[in-house]
Amino acid sequence: MKITQLSVFVENAPGHILAPCRALADAGVNIRALSLADSQTFGILRLIVSDWRRAAKVLEDADFSVKATEVIAVEVPDHPGGLTEVLEALQNSSVNIEYMYAFPFGRGEKATLIIRFDKPDAAIATLQSRGIGLIRQNELERERE
Amino acid sequence: MVALSYENVPLFNSRMKESGLLPEDIRSLQDIALLPFTVKTDLRDTYPFGLFAAPMKDVVRLHASSGTTGKPIVVAYTKTDLEVWSSVVSRSFSACGLHEGDIIQVAYGYGLFTGGLGAHYGAEKLGATVVPTSVGNTDRQIMLMNDFGTTAICCTPTYFLHMIERALTMGIDLRKLPLRAGIFGAEPWTEGMRRHIEEHSGVKAFDIYGLSEIIGPGVGVECVCQNGLHIFEDHFYPEIVDPETGKLVADGEEGELVLTTLSKQAMPLLRYRTRDITAFHTEACECGRTIRRIRRIGQRCDDMLIIRGINIFPSQVESVLLAVEGTLPHYQIILTREHGLDQMEVQVEVTPQLFADTVGGLAAMERKLAQAMERVLQVRVRITLVEPRTIQRSEGKAKRVIDRRQS
Repeated sequence: MKITQLSVFVENAPGHILAPCRALADAGVNIRALSLADSQTFGILRLIVSDWRRAAKVLEDADFSVKATEVIAVEVPDHPGGLTEVLEALQNSSVNIEYMYAFPFGRGEKATLIIRFDKPDAAIATLQSRGIGLIRQNELERERE
Repeated sequence: MVALSYENVPLFNSRMKESGLLPEDIRSLQDIALLPFTVKTDLRDTYPFGLFAAPMKDVVRLHASSGTTGKPIVVAYTKTDLEVWSSVVSRSFSACGLHEGDIIQVAYGYGLFTGGLGAHYGAEKLGATVVPTSVGNTDRQIMLMNDFGTTAICCTPTYFLHMIERALTMGIDLRKLPLRAGIFGAEPWTEGMRRHIEEHSGVKAFDIYGLSEIIGPGVGVECVCQNGLHIFEDHFYPEIVDPETGKLVADGEEGELVLTTLSKQAMPLLRYRTRDITAFHTEACECGRTIRRIRRIGQRCDDMLIIRGINIFPSQVESVLLAVEGTLPHYQIILTREHGLDQMEVQVEVTPQLFADTVGGLAAMERKLAQAMERVLQVRVRITLVEPRTIQRSEGKAKRVIDRRQS
């Protein structure tokens, strides 16, 4: 149930976000979701893409530092309180959220949360036991009709 | 050789006259110490052909430095010079335990830079199989190394570090390949780097010394004992002088290496100041070679930085990076002056090995490096993480220091 996310090191300076995105565009890789974490001098561009293996190769060949990380994609109802249901499910577990970001995706009135947990397996078990839907890699990679 | 220089090179002629010397005054090797020095700017000032002692019809090859500022330094070879060069490089490989049947991959840049062609002809003279890959296209280098069963690699030590890391991402373990020797030169490198290379690649790492002005690679080399570099003193006469006074230092004492070519025809040099700091080994080498040995060159006179009155060598920065992160990414030292105070920044390329997916992880690495630098250098250092391949390289050599304090 884990999703592979790619993280790319970028400098925090004008124009630096373009090169990795262009490399992916040229290779025909589609970006499904992204987030940009920043510090004063550098940033981490995190991407969910249509083909992560190919994307990783393209970026490495262009001399970017890339890391594949396992994250979890959680389906949330796209209405007020949708997110709190997910967070409440995790409330009494010992798992910690390291970071997360959201994007609207696919199945009806739903949004998708990408979450990086310190203990992903425990997080999956907890979420599933509470009946919260998780999205698989192939669902994210598939082109929307 | 002295007479040749005196008669054919106006600069040497006038310098010797100023010192009141005639070629016949130089009768023994010791008398070389009477001669005036030659320095790097002499080569720039006589650009392009002013120091040639042979007529152009006898000059069969030119090389030039890759200098990024101003005019390059030009060096010349006659046919005999090229034979001498091939033979000293071939002897260098042989000192590192290579011989016929070895497959030597030459990953120094080919072209005006002396590294590529120098190593190439030396390896051919040895009778080895040469794979002239030149520098760059690292994936292909590693693929060929794997497919051809390369047994020895020649390149800059920093380029080989890059190969080690790239091989790791490609899923190739260099330690499992037939590769057993690396002949590394063209830039100073440390014992820490040697340990790192040997541990992570399984090759024996040898230091080869040379400079284009004298001939290129092959002026000296380590033998299998890896304890100092043997200078091929039948062609290059070494002296060690005090860099301040220019006087010979006592045997075994540290100073600047000065070289005089004994057989060069196209461009002989008298007492050339290398700016490299070293010392003679005084005891005989276990390998049995009786030619003189110098300590590995860790620093150059030009390398020392004075920051807020404290002496700092780039090799110290390198040792901290290696100690803290266990890997040696490309780095660059940038010096600026803010409100009258020197500021030192070290830019470090974030290799895939160093890259952590969290901002906190990277920030912690920055902090750890800054603290370790400050402990070792006694100067506050700002660490900046930069993207891979953003620090400028030339022929596989990284430019280590950018000093913007003068402006």
